[in-house]
Amino acid sequence: MRAERRLLATVAIGAAAIAWALPFAWMAVASLRPGVPPDIASLTPPGPFGLGNYALAWRSGSFPLWYLNTLLMCGGILAVQLVTITAAGYAFARLRFAGRETLFALFMLQILLIPALLIVPNLATLVRLHLYDRLLGIMAPYFASGFGVFLMRQTFRAIPRDYEEAAMLDGARIPALIRHVLAPLARPGLVAFAIISVTAHWNEFLWPLMAVVSPSRQVLTVGLASFTAGAEAGSAWGMVAAGTFLVAGPLLILFLLFQRRFVSSFMFSGIK
Amino acid sequence: MPRQALAALLLLAPSAAFLLAFSYWPVLYVAVESLTAGRGGADLGNYARLFADPHFAQAVRNNLVYAVGTIAPSVTLALLFALALRDSTRLNAMLRTLLVMPLLIPLVAAAALFSFVLLPGQGLLDWYLARLGIAATNWLGDPDLALGSIIALTVWKNTGYYMLFFIAGLAAVPQELLDAAKIDGARALARFRHVTLPMLGPTFGFVLPIALLNALTQVDHVVTLTQGGPSDSTSLLLYYIYQQAAQNDDPGLAAAATLISVAALLALSLGTFRALDRGIHYAS
Repeated sequence: MRAERRLLATVAIGAAAIAWALPFAWMAVASLRPGVPPDIASLTPPGPFGLGNYALAWRSGSFPLWYLNTLLMCGGILAVQLVTITAAGYAFARLRFAGRETLFALFMLQILLIPALLIVPNLATLVRLHLYDRLLGIMAPYFASGFGVFLMRQTFRAIPRDYEEAAMLDGARIPALIRHVLAPLARPGLVAFAIISVTAHWNEFLWPLMAVVSPSRQVLTVGLASFTAGAEAGSAWGMVAAGTFLVAGPLLILFLLFQRRFVSSFMFSGIK
Repeated sequence: MPRQALAALLLLAPSAAFLLAFSYWPVLYVAVESLTAGRGGADLGNYARLFADPHFAQAVRNNLVYAVGTIAPSVTLALLFALALRDSTRLNAMLRTLLVMPLLIPLVAAAALFSFVLLPGQGLLDWYLARLGIAATNWLGDPDLALGSIIALTVWKNTGYYMLFFIAGLAAVPQELLDAAKIDGARALARFRHVTLPMLGPTFGFVLPIALLNALTQVDHVVTLTQGGPSDSTSLLLYYIYQQAAQNDDPGLAAAATLISVAALLALSLGTFRALDRGIHYAS
């Protein structure tokens, strides 16, 4: 009786998990079916199969440009963030100064003041700084990260002070100390942050949509939205599936390859 | 100035500059803008217009339904999945992967997939429902169903994420406590209710604010799938703000609505932290 109930529960959960994956299964199957078959919803079609939809999607969207812009945006944000969060994280973890706790609380407040919510004023700021309609404008609001500072403060606190004291005795200054002694030791924290940051910005839509108008500066998510609108109008669902995979695929594949890394990073977060 | 303070100043300056420009200044800016934009001087006219706007009231109502409608099922399902898949067998690891995958894709990509899943007649859902003899349904075009469809998409996207936190939370429940309860004759359900659930307090304290944040700040699927329609049935607060700013060119309404959202977000997050803080069960 108990064993039966347990089996039933396992089957139910297994079925739910498989149902969860059906949209992905459809994306994979439909993207490989050329033309506009009437049974495009079928998860087990007889064929024929081919890569034609990917070629069509590649040609009808500006995928190379969108990839380039997305990589520049994610890379630019991350590069600046790694510097700002390491510096601030060190200051909060190791240095003593008046108002430290208050200042830290103010930094943490940023976690709630999500840029998406502040679209209206931030657009005005971009215009004033001549950053509107530029990739740099999409990136700028993310250069400081309250969450990253929190993560680095925790990471630095977990490193024994002995290392720094030895380096200090050798006369190292703080920047050199951080670069050559602490940053290498803080690598796990930095990697976790990098995964969270890149995932968040690769997937972001509303802010890049608002901050940029020129098609030549669009990122993948914004491109996908206009691309799918066009393809749906022609009922080219196989092409929609292929285009969606081109946008979502890189992170999905990285996730499947480095699952442990990703999951442990997400556990740190709470903020995507 | 002491040496450490000077060093701290230099190290914090870059972060502080960007925080000021893009997090704190904007809040001040909307506060002022909400009082002055489109007004002769400074008054509460924009707020009066906002509260008189039926579209705003609708967006607030929708957002409440959306928050409850997404958070309750996704947190419950996440907990159930975590309980079922907590042991790291190979099969469980695979099923967990399937559940977490939606987290990795952009919300617009999820929306693109669901635009087909929910397509009337030809789409994935209707195609298979037709085999059960259920007629085609206009999931996104019917004002009574559209918000529910958007909610379903969100639950699909976020549940796996919350599950990860519950799996970690469950691993932290001391086995001795469960064993002790077992010896005292507590049945599985009682053990869950009186031991496991209270011990998961911190996990709830973490997951609920995140879920709230998501319910208030994620509208990409609304922008691409329904544009708030049909007849405002899927308009959410942030979507309303986006509309006022991008389409209606009404900075006064946009600023007033933004300030209210920010205030709501801060109040809700602090409230959740507080409430759970009181309810949290400390092991030590």
